[in-house]
Amino acid sequence: MTTEAGSETEVKEKAEESAAEPDQSEKATEDSQEVANAEVEEKEKAKVKEKEEKEGKGISRYLPTWLKKQKSQSQTSPTKEAPPTEEPVSKVTQEEEGPAPEVNGHAEEVEEKEEVKSEQVKEKEAETHSNASADTEPAKEEKVEESAEKSPEETKETAEGEGAEEETKEKEGAVEAEEEAGEGQTSIFQSPLRLVRKNKMKLVVCHVTLLDGTDFTCEVEKRAKGQYLFFKVCEHLNLLEKDYFGLAYQDNHDQKCWLDPTKEIKRQIRSNNWQFAFNVKFYPPDPSLLTEDITRYLLCLQLREDVASGRLPCSFVTHALLGSYTLQAEIGDYEPDQPRPLDFISQLTFAPNQNKEMEEKILELYKSHRGMTPAQADTQFLENAKKLSMYGVDLHHAKDSEGVDIMLGVCANGLLVYKDRLRINRFAWPKILKISYKRNNFYIKIRPGETEQFESTVGFKLQNHRAAKRLWKVCVENHSFFRLNAPEPPTKARFLTLGSKFRYSGRTQAQTRMASSLIDRPAPSFERTSSKRISRSLDGAPMISITEAGRESAENGREPHLELHSDSKVTVVDVSPGDAEAMPSQHSPGSSELGPPQSSLRVHGDNIYVRHSNLMLEDHDKTQEEVLKHQASISQLKRSFMEAPPPSPPQPNQWEKRLTSSPATIRLQQQQVVSVPQTEAATADNTISDTKEPAKTTEVEIEETVVVQEISRAPKPGLITVAASPPAAPSAEQEMREQEVKVQEEAVVVEEAKPRKEESISSESESEEEAEYHPYLPVSISHTQIPEEKEEEEEQEKQEEDKTAELQVLASDASSLPAEVIQPAEETSREVEESRKEDDTETEKTTNAEEEKEVERETEESTDDPMVTPDEAPNGLTLPEEGVTVMDAQAEEEEEPKMNGEPSLIEAEPLPQVICCSEPPVVKTEMVTISDTFAAQKTEIATKEVPIVHTETKTITYEAAQLDGNGDGEPGVLMTAQTITSESLCTTTTTHITKTLKGGLSETRIEKRIVITGDCDIDHDQALAQAIKEAKEQHPDMSVTRVVVHKETELAEED
Amino acid sequence: MANMCPYGHFTHAVVRGIPETFGKKAGDSQENGEVSVDLAKAQRQFGCLTGALRQKVGLQLIEIPPDPELPESWKIEDVAVIHGDTALITRPFKQQRQSEVEAVRRVMSELNLTVVEMDREQGDSVGATLEGSDILFTGREFFVGISSHTNRRGAEVLADTFRDFAVSTVPVCDGARLKNICSMGGPNTIIFSNSDGAKKTLRCWLGARRLCVMLDVRVCLQMMEQLTDHHYDVLTVPEESAANCIYIKGPSKRDFLLHRPADECPDSVSAFQKLQDYTLLPTACSEASKLGASLSSLCLLVNRKHTYF
Repeated sequence: MTTEAGSETEVKEKAEESAAEPDQSEKATEDSQEVANAEVEEKEKAKVKEKEEKEGKGISRYLPTWLKKQKSQSQTSPTKEAPPTEEPVSKVTQEEEGPAPEVNGHAEEVEEKEEVKSEQVKEKEAETHSNASADTEPAKEEKVEESAEKSPEETKETAEGEGAEEETKEKEGAVEAEEEAGEGQTSIFQSPLRLVRKNKMKLVVCHVTLLDGTDFTCEVEKRAKGQYLFFKVCEHLNLLEKDYFGLAYQDNHDQKCWLDPTKEIKRQIRSNNWQFAFNVKFYPPDPSLLTEDITRYLLCLQLREDVASGRLPCSFVTHALLGSYTLQAEIGDYEPDQPRPLDFISQLTFAPNQNKEMEEKILELYKSHRGMTPAQADTQFLENAKKLSMYGVDLHHAKDSEGVDIMLGVCANGLLVYKDRLRINRFAWPKILKISYKRNNFYIKIRPGETEQFESTVGFKLQNHRAAKRLWKVCVENHSFFRLNAPEPPTKARFLTLGSKFRYSGRTQAQTRMASSLIDRPAPSFERTSSKRISRSLDGAPMISITEAGRESAENGREPHLELHSDSKVTVVDVSPGDAEAMPSQHSPGSSELGPPQSSLRVHGDNIYVRHSNLMLEDHDKTQEEVLKHQASISQLKRSFMEAPPPSPPQPNQWEKRLTSSPATIRLQQQQVVSVPQTEAATADNTISDTKEPAKTTEVEIEETVVVQEISRAPKPGLITVAASPPAAPSAEQEMREQEVKVQEEAVVVEEAKPRKEESISSESESEEEAEYHPYLPVSISHTQIPEEKEEEEEQEKQEEDKTAELQVLASDASSLPAEVIQPAEETSREVEESRKEDDTETEKTTNAEEEKEVERETEESTDDPMVTPDEAPNGLTLPEEGVTVMDAQAEEEEEPKMNGEPSLIEAEPLPQVICCSEPPVVKTEMVTISDTFAAQKTEIATKEVPIVHTETKTITYEAAQLDGNGDGEPGVLMTAQTITSESLCTTTTTHITKTLKGGLSETRIEKRIVITGDCDIDHDQALAQAIKEAKEQHPDMSVTRVVVHKETELAEED
Repeated sequence: MANMCPYGHFTHAVVRGIPETFGKKAGDSQENGEVSVDLAKAQRQFGCLTGALRQKVGLQLIEIPPDPELPESWKIEDVAVIHGDTALITRPFKQQRQSEVEAVRRVMSELNLTVVEMDREQGDSVGATLEGSDILFTGREFFVGISSHTNRRGAEVLADTFRDFAVSTVPVCDGARLKNICSMGGPNTIIFSNSDGAKKTLRCWLGARRLCVMLDVRVCLQMMEQLTDHHYDVLTVPEESAANCIYIKGPSKRDFLLHRPADECPDSVSAFQKLQDYTLLPTACSEASKLGASLSSLCLLVNRKHTYF
């Protein structure tokens, strides 16, 4: 939704641009790029306006072009690629989302503007669009907004070639876009782009060894990410089911590492050796489920190599059998006349210890395969190979706790422990609660068995920290790929992580299967290593040919739309942050099993991963019952929450029990209020599939910090506005809004910074020291996660990040550095930091202190804090928006598009309580603690060993449909505001009561923040339930509009 | 993989007759002092078993004549592990038993099986001991009980011989043998005993894995499930001796289960009757069991019609 909102804005801009700069528009497709630049400029201009206006829409503009691209692409792509069914959905979603914010805000105006402009610029626009959106379809037209940004990309894509995978194109497009953006340097935001641009200049030649032994050479930008190269290779191979594959490189220590697609290649290889190997990364447990023969063929090639090299041990007979299928696939039927077949066979390597006896056996079996097509032979090969006990097992040397040499094998099912050749233990993924590493230690936390009371942790020692990290990453990836419906790391999770957290960023097996099921292209023709079979037409040959012909024809019969589908990056999800939320929620119930409908949504987009909230991380492994229970409890909460009477006089919802006091939370809330802009930002973050969120995380924090400052600095224009507004209770909300607005602005800035950060962070993200990973199934909304260890962001990585970051930062312009971003907020941040250091409570304290200082501030802050805002609740009630709201809510962050539209709030109020959302509006947000910021700042200091505060922060926000603040147009008048703070043993309760006059209605908003301090794990669900219950009891006539659960945990160091 | 097919398909059975020295343990005559066995009864029971295998199940029976010099040679299961067309000739724990393999090796060769020797093949097999009664093959993987008679090295040799399969080790203690507490009851079924002895074994097993001890059978199952990638049905029987059965899917494609008769395991017979469409063949084994053996100890099963697919 956000996106759309942004898009609208863009549209305006576009129009403006077109009007202002007709030349550009007139220019050909190429110009489109320029247009993009122009847009940027315009955006800047618009910025100011927007700020004043306070619309969230503006944010999108600020987002880095590439970010936008992704979004746009994703959105666009669905139209193109997505199956018809999906398309409508996506469109709908977009539409809903987009319009919603507008409704609240100035949507109408915008539209009008658009129309006018459009008319004026008709021709120009038409040209532009046509050029830009050649690919784009009617859908796009509807959303002209997107066109501007998208158009360049699309155009490029189109120009570049359709055959290529979309992703590739996207990337390229992104790059180009970036460049373009860079041209437009005018805008501050462009800076990140500039960096990219600079980098772009240098091209590097990559050598990729393919599975058939041939070399593929291609040029990439020095700054290109792994994905780019990977897509290039896949494109070259004509491979659609590419998620099972990856690029490997040798690190400085001659260890095979997987190239992280989301990071810059250069930063990974470290040496200047641009040599890669295209390999199978995830061995499909059942190759027969692969869609295309070419995929199976590539898998065969990999396995032949594995077998021949001894990596995949097999018995004599199996060697012979696999060899015979290889022969059948490669050279067709055995030809009796062939002289000395054994000589030929002996030239090939089938086994590490191949001998004459084996070759004879191979020949014997080979003869029996007569009539088998290559594809059939491959299939048989795979059917036999997949049963080998070491199939798909990635072995790592390690020592157990007693120093005994063992091997740890990572596979689709879990972790295997071998001593020599014997399997001595096995930990299935469902049994593993947590995977972590610290230095050269690798730990897995085991779920207690039925009869066991406690979880146990098993530790292994690896050769060095690199090995531990490598193993950990492999585990994370394998778990994600095989066990999750969708990649876990939602953007936010990464936020928390500060980029340190590594997560699998590709599609999961479930997703890739869904995607490949949509492949609809004629079977691509490919040559097997030595396919001479065609020439042989004697004997069984005719049979073969017939068979093949038949197959091919059948295949041909299929429509050739495959490519699109296969790539199907088009993510419905992309559309809105809300989608992301929805996704998680969907996941939650089914956990491991994807509901077809849900899956469909997810499957489509690569971007999906980004969107997924941390929830995804939750385990699959939890028994269904657990999940169900959880959900049940959650749903109960929701129900009660929703059912709560929405008395017109808003009363404090005490949901806030767990309200976040942390700045992050504040930010979130603000975002909610401001919804549109922030949401957009959030969306952007989410959207950025490629980019790693870690950076974002950092940014987020920064944002928070900024907010604080702003609050202090900002003259609270909102108040003024408020006076104007008629409604009863303007105060708190208005303030909130104002703040929010400010925040938004800040956020925007942050966002700008983000892109840069992302880059840097992404590379940095790998912490060598330690990291954790909770292989939980993503229970969508389940809060269970929270109590458990949320996805602990591996903060250790921070260290690395710091290092890397520093490097990167240095490399990149200073401007891009996250640290810098932080700097502005420094003052605040410092304070915050201090407070943070103290702990969660600290934040509160800080807040309190500020509150004391200035009531207004307090209010604002309080608002920021997840307090229950009665006003919001009523506002949120707006029916029309509900759906949207829900969506937003689902979005990781609470995106309340409506928030922007605040004005409608009052009207909507009645409805708000019932957040019809089938999907709980609870959003989990993980916030990076200031500590992260700290680290970032320190980066500059170049301290390699930055005292890392291992802090986990989780924020869950539950919001009833809220009115974002009263729209800009409807300011409220602050009547009174007071703050009461009470403390008990481990609980601090801060209550803000704000009365506001808004549009003739007086609203009383009570925001209560309850901070629970304790070392023990708190059952958040319970806490939430209790808080809500209490709130209801205390204020039966009020409704709970928002509940934010924020968890900040100091990670215990495991040694 | 090439060698993988559902468990239970056999065409041949190799047995070795009961010698007159039955009951005298190889090497030391002291141990058997306590046990009084009925040689005639043992030979009668052996005859019943071979008769069932040949006439009821329809296997081709190869009987190696007894050797009085080898009092334990009738426990032929211990000296070879056969799967597909590969026969691993083991190295029994007792030195005195190691000459038992010779006759078996000969037969294996005659059956055109690829004979793998523990001694020669493995340079690192020094000190390796392995006995078939510590090995449970499920058709998809091997479980090796690390016991007083089978050590880890032996298991490694097994793993190296049957590379296609996962070989998982299971600590077995208290002198028990893995096959004493479990056996295959179908292509996908493991028969487990719920007796105290089995519990002990499992307990040790568990203890080795983690330091927690559970006596419940479910734990056993969990253990198995822990180590395997596959899923098996588990049939639990109350008596330990009942856990050792012989399952064969004979040439007639019918399911046969040779199990201890009701007079030896009165409480377990009802459990076997739960098996659908099985032909149950109660086979007495009281004398052999006095010497720590069981039904499966008495024969080696071979599938010479092994197909690769």
